Amino acid sequence: MKVLVAVKRVVDYNVKVRVKADGSDVELNNVKMSINPFCEIAVEEAVRLKEAGVATEVIVVSVGDKSCQEQIRTALALGADRGIQVDTQGHVEPLVVAKLLKAVIEKEQPQLVILGKQSIDGDNNQTGQMLGALTNMGQGTFASKVVIDGDKVNVTREIDGGLQTVSLKLPAIVTTDLRLNEPRYASLPNIMKAKKKQLDVFTPEELGVAVTSHIIQVKVEPPASRAAGIKVKDVQELVDKLKNEAKVIS
Amino acid sequence: MSTLVIAEHDNNNLKVSTLNTVAAAQAMGGDIDILVAGADCDAVAAAAAAVPGIGKVLVADNAVYAHQLAENISLLIAEVAANYDNILAPSTANCKNFLPRVAALLDVAQISDVTLVESADTFQRPIYAGNVIATVKSSDAKKVITVRTTAYDAAPATGGSATIEAVSAVHDAGISSFVGEEVVVSERPELTAASVVISGGRGMQNGENFKLLDGIADKLGAAIGASRAAVDAGFVPNDMQVGQTGKIVAPDLYIAVGISGAIQHLAGMKDSKVIVAINKDEDAPIFQVADYGLVADLFVALPALEAQI
Repeated sequence: MKVLVAVKRVVDYNVKVRVKADGSDVELNNVKMSINPFCEIAVEEAVRLKEAGVATEVIVVSVGDKSCQEQIRTALALGADRGIQVDTQGHVEPLVVAKLLKAVIEKEQPQLVILGKQSIDGDNNQTGQMLGALTNMGQGTFASKVVIDGDKVNVTREIDGGLQTVSLKLPAIVTTDLRLNEPRYASLPNIMKAKKKQLDVFTPEELGVAVTSHIIQVKVEPPASRAAGIKVKDVQELVDKLKNEAKVIS
Repeated sequence: MSTLVIAEHDNNNLKVSTLNTVAAAQAMGGDIDILVAGADCDAVAAAAAAVPGIGKVLVADNAVYAHQLAENISLLIAEVAANYDNILAPSTANCKNFLPRVAALLDVAQISDVTLVESADTFQRPIYAGNVIATVKSSDAKKVITVRTTAYDAAPATGGSATIEAVSAVHDAGISSFVGEEVVVSERPELTAASVVISGGRGMQNGENFKLLDGIADKLGAAIGASRAAVDAGFVPNDMQVGQTGKIVAPDLYIAVGISGAIQHLAGMKDSKVIVAINKDEDAPIFQVADYGLVADLFVALPALEAQI
């Protein structure tokens, strides 16, 4: 079966993000960009399904400008077979990303679609679920285990306080949580091979999707900073402060 | 203007996160109703009706909603949403699962994790794991919103007498089913719900030493977390990770032990009310966010702390 994986280019998780001086957005110039960590887990899961003989082809798709081809190549180096870039400019809202992915699904007819549960820039946690609604597929969000079982997939999900397992008819959507797997590192030969793999580019117009905007970002600002703290000299003073000053322990 | 709040519950108890969401709904203004979707959930409906200021409680009581499977409950909420301007739900794992599906069915955006209602169409929400606060304005006629529950104090739970109205719509998408659930039975609270969290980092040196945190956690009723460095080093499992790519916590008291304070960790805990850092390196960045810093060897400080609390 075919597996489609969606990946997003985001600011690397080790970078301290800065707000632009005019407060219009986060500074993205000259900042290290990487594949979103949850998307990397999605790629790894798809590649493992292929290695296990369950998946026959792994297609990786990213919505963004030309620069996101770098992240598609990263996914290809990790073991995906071919890539698709949906060429967009600027910020694209999750609902529109879901509509674009739906159009790609109609072209490719995958049996399983794997996405990260959220991207670490917008922190929306929406695209996979929205894609489920638009395609009328079942969804296994925040997955920590994925088992294909005939024409179904069993997904174990991280919920508040534990785990829940659901069974979904294929084709289905899975969004990844941290515990699903530990992504591998790409080897140098695989990075070289990835450069030669097929990468197709489509515009939203070619996919028949209008890029609309429902939300205006009025401004961004750093969060209120914490008042400077104090150093205590020993454990006794610490316990005294926690009991009598902060009053957080009794 | 009218707002529908989606109740978070387990078919027996109305969760307090619903009351946090009612408080956010009150900040938006207008009439507020609550939707309880579940199975054999009379007690939840009764509890929702007791919340002051609620017009009516809509109850969809059917086996297809027993586990609030996203595929089914989203169809129900999208149908009920026809009568409302705003749909609000708490930003719990459960509601985060189904509410974007509702938004897509309604062809509107969702605004996730709202921390402040500025006006009926303008909201604040954290992005980049809380390192940046964005103010966003929605142009959708119908607004679908999840509310970060730590941002609004719970509305009162009793004193109201809303009418309870049954919703007969039964939606079974027929594409998903519930298999089972493993709820962790732990003496300790969950990381994201705990009022005290004590976390260890690379300075703990190995997984065995995490036991030094147990006694303190027992005495304080705390959850135990870890930094990504400790998880990557294999000291403890992934689900204990506090940070941008792990759990985001905001307890009353957060104690960071042997944690240097990498950006990725700070992003997950810096909204805690009181932060304590114990680290032998006095230049560790964690001290820049700590209310109380103790420069000490954790292997000396932890037993002393356990003895004195």
